[in-house]
Amino acid sequence: MRLMGIVSGAMAAVMLAGCGERPQVMEYKQGKYQGKPDEAPYMAAPFNGNKDLWERDIRNRTQNQNEYRRIGT
Amino acid sequence: MARMKFLCDAERCIECNGCVTACKQENDIPWGVNRRRVVTINDGVPGERSISVACMHCSDAPCMAVCPVDCFYRSEEGVVLHDKDLCIGCGYCFYACPFGAPQFPQAGAFGVRGKMDKCTFCAGGPEPDNSEAEFKKYGRNRLAEGKLPACAEMCSTKALLGGDGDTIAEIYRQRATTRGKGSEVWGWSTAYGRPETPKAPVAAPGGKS
Repeated sequence: MRLMGIVSGAMAAVMLAGCGERPQVMEYKQGKYQGKPDEAPYMAAPFNGNKDLWERDIRNRTQNQNEYRRIGT
Repeated sequence: MARMKFLCDAERCIECNGCVTACKQENDIPWGVNRRRVVTINDGVPGERSISVACMHCSDAPCMAVCPVDCFYRSEEGVVLHDKDLCIGCGYCFYACPFGAPQFPQAGAFGVRGKMDKCTFCAGGPEPDNSEAEFKKYGRNRLAEGKLPACAEMCSTKALLGGDGDTIAEIYRQRATTRGKGSEVWGWSTAYGRPETPKAPVAAPGGKS
């Protein structure tokens, strides 16, 4: 009898868990970005989180646009 | 590193539209959407100037301010990006942008407005970097590959500079101080030498000596 009570109580708790519905309507926070978070460009391969290496590569690449440095004056 | 910026040198742009083509090819942009375009002022008149225009990744971006669903964000590098999953295609950003950067793909004969598309500085969007989902929605993420936007890197005359704001400003500064101003930049003296150093007259053949 006691076991039946425990089982039925547990089953009621499990079934009632379905009533705890989470709100499915997005709650807007005025002026704050609401979308998915984005990771920094140096987090993925090939830089794997090495920000200094990424910055160095970008700086070198930027200087390729400077023909005074690339081919001389 | 400072903020990522574009800088277009109107003295160098030759209106070849190479930047526009590079952008479309690199990001697989659909027909009717131009993330970048070349604008010419005084077209056909001597002294005309062209500049390549796309999203300027504003420090205080009006598109971010007016978006009713707040789908815009600014990355650590100062690139203004947006989440297409949130965008409702209302077009407010298009009205707010002084450069006409936001674009809306037209689907079907009646021009159904799609989700907004704009220049991402080749930085993708809020999907995993270099994933297929990111490429389909936002185009290629060249920044995550350690590269700069395709438009700037493809520019044949290097009129369009892209990258760290301080660095490209320094490149432009060196360029402007080296080439001078006025008729020294482009023109007769540039092509044929300075007028104050004329060549010595050549004696006519068969003439008296």
